Amino acid sequence: MNASIALSVEDLSFSYGGKTALTQVNFKIKPGECTVLLGPNGAGKSTLFSLITRLYDTRDGRIELCGFDIKRQTLLALAKLGVVFQQTTLDMDLSVMQNLRYHTSLHGMGRKQAMQRIQQELERLAMYDRRFEKIRQLNGGHRRRVEIARALLHKPSVLLLDEPTVGLDVPSRLAIVDYVHQLAVEEKLAVLWASHLIDEIYPDDHLIVLHKGRVKANGTVDDVLKTTNSPTIKDAFYTLTQGEQE
Amino acid sequence: MTNLPGEDLPLPEGRRAGKPFVSMLHYWRAMWGIIWRELWRFVTQRERFISALVRPLVWLFVFAAGFRAALGLAITPPYETYILYDVYITPGLIGMIQLFNGMQSSLSMVYDREMGSMRILMVCPLPRWFLLLSKLLAGTGVSVLQAYVFLAIAWFYDIQAPWQGYLWILPALLLSGLMLGALGLLLSSFIKQLENFAGVMNFVIFPMFFMSTALYPLWKIKESSALLYHLAHYNPFSQAVELIRFALYGQFNSYAFTYTLLAFSVFMTAAIIGYNPSKGMMMRKGGA
Repeated sequence: MNASIALSVEDLSFSYGGKTALTQVNFKIKPGECTVLLGPNGAGKSTLFSLITRLYDTRDGRIELCGFDIKRQTLLALAKLGVVFQQTTLDMDLSVMQNLRYHTSLHGMGRKQAMQRIQQELERLAMYDRRFEKIRQLNGGHRRRVEIARALLHKPSVLLLDEPTVGLDVPSRLAIVDYVHQLAVEEKLAVLWASHLIDEIYPDDHLIVLHKGRVKANGTVDDVLKTTNSPTIKDAFYTLTQGEQE
Repeated sequence: MTNLPGEDLPLPEGRRAGKPFVSMLHYWRAMWGIIWRELWRFVTQRERFISALVRPLVWLFVFAAGFRAALGLAITPPYETYILYDVYITPGLIGMIQLFNGMQSSLSMVYDREMGSMRILMVCPLPRWFLLLSKLLAGTGVSVLQAYVFLAIAWFYDIQAPWQGYLWILPALLLSGLMLGALGLLLSSFIKQLENFAGVMNFVIFPMFFMSTALYPLWKIKESSALLYHLAHYNPFSQAVELIRFALYGQFNSYAFTYTLLAFSVFMTAAIIGYNPSKGMMMRKGGA
């Protein structure tokens, strides 16, 4: 097991019937690194996330989470993973606390440990005082905060976020982007963030541009700018996807 | 060498690197979490609780009352004397509660899948068969609760079984609930969208209910149609109803038990295959 690599995707290809969704995708993410997965609609981002989370079966290629093969050591690999899906996956009729307790029970945590972790994560997001409120009473930004707290409760090594800021107002969006970047550094968390919003990319981030199921660029923001000979990420993205932006 | 987050966390037992097993405590906590969530949702959703009871009560108070005088029933096991139609129909209505509950669970699975909350369950580090079984147990627990409330109301309506029957019925309700829930689970693995669920009502629930021994005994069906008799006889719902009927009168129907157990095994296996990422229908549906 190579502990310096948190997420490794090797020679990953996938097709739905005869339609190819991903072709020979390769990348690695290290702890403490925030990687933004950028791609237009239909680029294969959702398919890639479904494969990493084992909702789909990996047929060609290999995915490893902290050295555990997602296909052969599924449970060990999934234990290392925290996920924030694009759609809200909270139970609206349950309180913040009840939603989080449900998650801790799925991860086998005892009551004492669960309560401690819930308090830690909610306090970091300034949501602890609202722990008894029903999800339905929270606004979109606060729901997202709860989902991020939930994804971190079992202390994953890899955090996947599938366009988590969709539908949020600008202050909520910026707060979440900032918080996740901070998490990556402070918690040595490997973050894979699928987005189509260029302003969510920080200068120190790693960037993967996915287009028509292929990795068109993979490196630091500077690397991508140099390779494409572009002044801005927007231009680089435009060049790599030949104008098919979202 | 960098320490990854969580390496220092003493959780959960059996989940440390290099230990490829999940502890029994983890299984227990997860199963209890899933069951608790389902029961809590059911209890707090008062409308769901009431509507689940209204349906069988209307059948009991209106339909059965209307047919009480029109239908004569011969003495057949487990009954030792002539019975009124509403006494006969009671186990069938308990079966109806469980049938609708099984389909309701299936509907909520499709809804959860569309809304995405099913994904949270599917990405937790436990075997998928175990997660589905826990979901199934949770749904069955809800249906058993409904069945006992219905029996309590029926008791005040003078439909009273021997007291032992109220104990014997519990294992019967668990098995029949599991079988009907597994059927719902299997259907949910096929159903692509919530809109397709109306088809389930027309093609599964109603035929299953009406072509069974819930409303009429088998010998009565045989008198009118041999084909209908065979359909009703081999309908797993009939056997579940008979299992409940016999248990309510303190008797064990081994044929109904074996048939229901077998049907549960088949439905559950097929549902697990349906939800398996490498073998099932998930890929074609494009989401969990």
